[in-house]
Amino acid sequence: MRLLLSISLTLLRAKMKQSVVAAVGVMFSITMFVTLLGFMNGLNDLLDGLILNRTPHIRLYNELKASPTQPIDLTTDSTTHNFVRNVKPKNELPRLRNAEAMMDALKKDPRVLAVSPRLVAQVFFNVGTVDLNAQVSGIDVTQEVLYYRFADYLTQGDPHDLATSANSIVLGKGLADMMEAGIGETVQVTTATGERAMLRVSGIFQSGIADADKVQCYANIKTVQKLLARPSSYYTDINVKLHDLLEAPEMAKELATRFDVDALDIQTANAQFETGSDVRNIISYAVGVVLLIVAGFGIYNILNMMIYEKLDAIAILKATGFSGSDVRRIFLLLSMIIGIAGGVSGLLGGFALQNVIDNIPFVTAALPTVKTFPIDYSPKYYIIAVTFALLTTWIAGWFPARKASQVDPVEIIRGK
Amino acid sequence: MTEGTEHILEVVKVNKSFHDPVTVPVLKDVSMAVKRGEFVSVTGKSGCGKSTLLYILSTMDTDYEGQVIIDGEPTQGLPGERLSEIRNEKIGFVFQFHYLLNEFSVLKNVMLPGLKLGKFSEEEVENRAMGLLKELQMDDHALKMANQLSGGQKQRVAIARSMINDPLIIMGDEPTGNLDKKNSEIVFDIFQHIASEHKRSLLVVTHDNDFAARTHRIIEMDDGRIVNG
Repeated sequence: MRLLLSISLTLLRAKMKQSVVAAVGVMFSITMFVTLLGFMNGLNDLLDGLILNRTPHIRLYNELKASPTQPIDLTTDSTTHNFVRNVKPKNELPRLRNAEAMMDALKKDPRVLAVSPRLVAQVFFNVGTVDLNAQVSGIDVTQEVLYYRFADYLTQGDPHDLATSANSIVLGKGLADMMEAGIGETVQVTTATGERAMLRVSGIFQSGIADADKVQCYANIKTVQKLLARPSSYYTDINVKLHDLLEAPEMAKELATRFDVDALDIQTANAQFETGSDVRNIISYAVGVVLLIVAGFGIYNILNMMIYEKLDAIAILKATGFSGSDVRRIFLLLSMIIGIAGGVSGLLGGFALQNVIDNIPFVTAALPTVKTFPIDYSPKYYIIAVTFALLTTWIAGWFPARKASQVDPVEIIRGK
Repeated sequence: MTEGTEHILEVVKVNKSFHDPVTVPVLKDVSMAVKRGEFVSVTGKSGCGKSTLLYILSTMDTDYEGQVIIDGEPTQGLPGERLSEIRNEKIGFVFQFHYLLNEFSVLKNVMLPGLKLGKFSEEEVENRAMGLLKELQMDDHALKMANQLSGGQKQRVAIARSMINDPLIIMGDEPTGNLDKKNSEIVFDIFQHIASEHKRSLLVVTHDNDFAARTHRIIEMDDGRIVNG
């Protein structure tokens, strides 16, 4: 085998220019493949993260519903059709009953990563003569920072501040702009039931979704409970983050029946993001594979030409005792050397190009934490690229190599 | 090398026809044998089948009827791998066109069949190759590339290559056909030396009658048959 390898290398050196061209073809396609996938997935992660980072895997809540059974349904007369629907939805608060017991049970579940309660309330901000409608979410700040990247979306202020000081609030960027409220200023809040309170602005929040930023604000959950004059066990939502996102739909169903609440899983809530990511992935893989196939044709051509030029050498090798499979291995090795050289330099090139893209400034109002183009440096793409490169070069080398192995030395030697 | 085998090479009733475009018989019931240390030349007119016979004997051409026995081993129907081994170990070749690998140095050209055989380490093969080149007065050129040599020099390198594995028989297809008088003389002397000193058999196809006349035995062919010898 070492002998065959040294023969391959010698033949390769003799055709240095063509070999380099073939290797550059492979290198180019691997570079593009890695860069494209890294960039595409960086973008995917960014866009998905926009929603998915902020979204719990399962949200438990109570939805206001029409009464499913009407009194008239209790009559047993089946010959008539009832269309009297008199009973309206109950004046029931959207609170989760027995929320603390539910949270304790969830925390013990091995599938669960984190459980955090929320209290969502509708409020008005009084700015001069205008009342701005808004939604304040009472959150457990430490949990949100840990599991929902709350701090990433704070463009001004410190989440720590919100966690420790009472009566502080984080405003959405749009909302803060409308009220012309900066950090440290005080805003007046009125609840739906008419309670008033003065809250100090401790941060500005930008989610990347402008509409949401016009109505959304956050406060410590204790502050909101106080604002609504509710006890400390009063929660409207429980957000659950799982170790494995894919378990969410099944577990949501299970929790809904177990606790008799509504449960929304992330897949149902954000189906469109999965689809978008999948389509983008398919496109980038398709482009990458096409590039590799083109490089494969390049190798195929060059090897074919080399074999025609080297018919004499093949004949003499065979005459002096090299078998057909030895000859096939020599040319297959040759192809693989080109593939490996091109593949490895392609990986390096891809990494370099990813770095370049990673340093191109990319500033957008929608994404406050993003300063440059996003890149996913996952080694997965490098492994896929190299596997594909070796596979393509092997196939591209196999056909010419087989042809070389079938060369009849007598025909070559006598034909001269 | 099997003890007691007097004949290194034996041919039994070999028939061969070309089929394209019409079937033409080229070899008709050819039988012959070569003894150890014998220097045999095969002569005949162009198209008499002498080269065809040589390539059948070389095991490279397998499309024939009859039997070729090399060192006691019948070769008809053997798989390609085994035939390659036989060629590598027991047969050396010298062709009319020198057929060296231009990408390799002279020394490496001589060494390749030895490395393929794998019986000796690389250093030993190299030593043997240098010894052979020295014997053929080509050791000064050992590190040159093959395409930097003249025709006569190339043929001497080809002869060195054919001897690297100590073959039982060296076959030549018009080895002097492409050389001038002086170089032909040198090649003939080397062949004679191989036969007498190294006790190797030689089977050389040639149309050079002077060359043939000085070998131990002449096999004359005409129209696919051995007519003399």
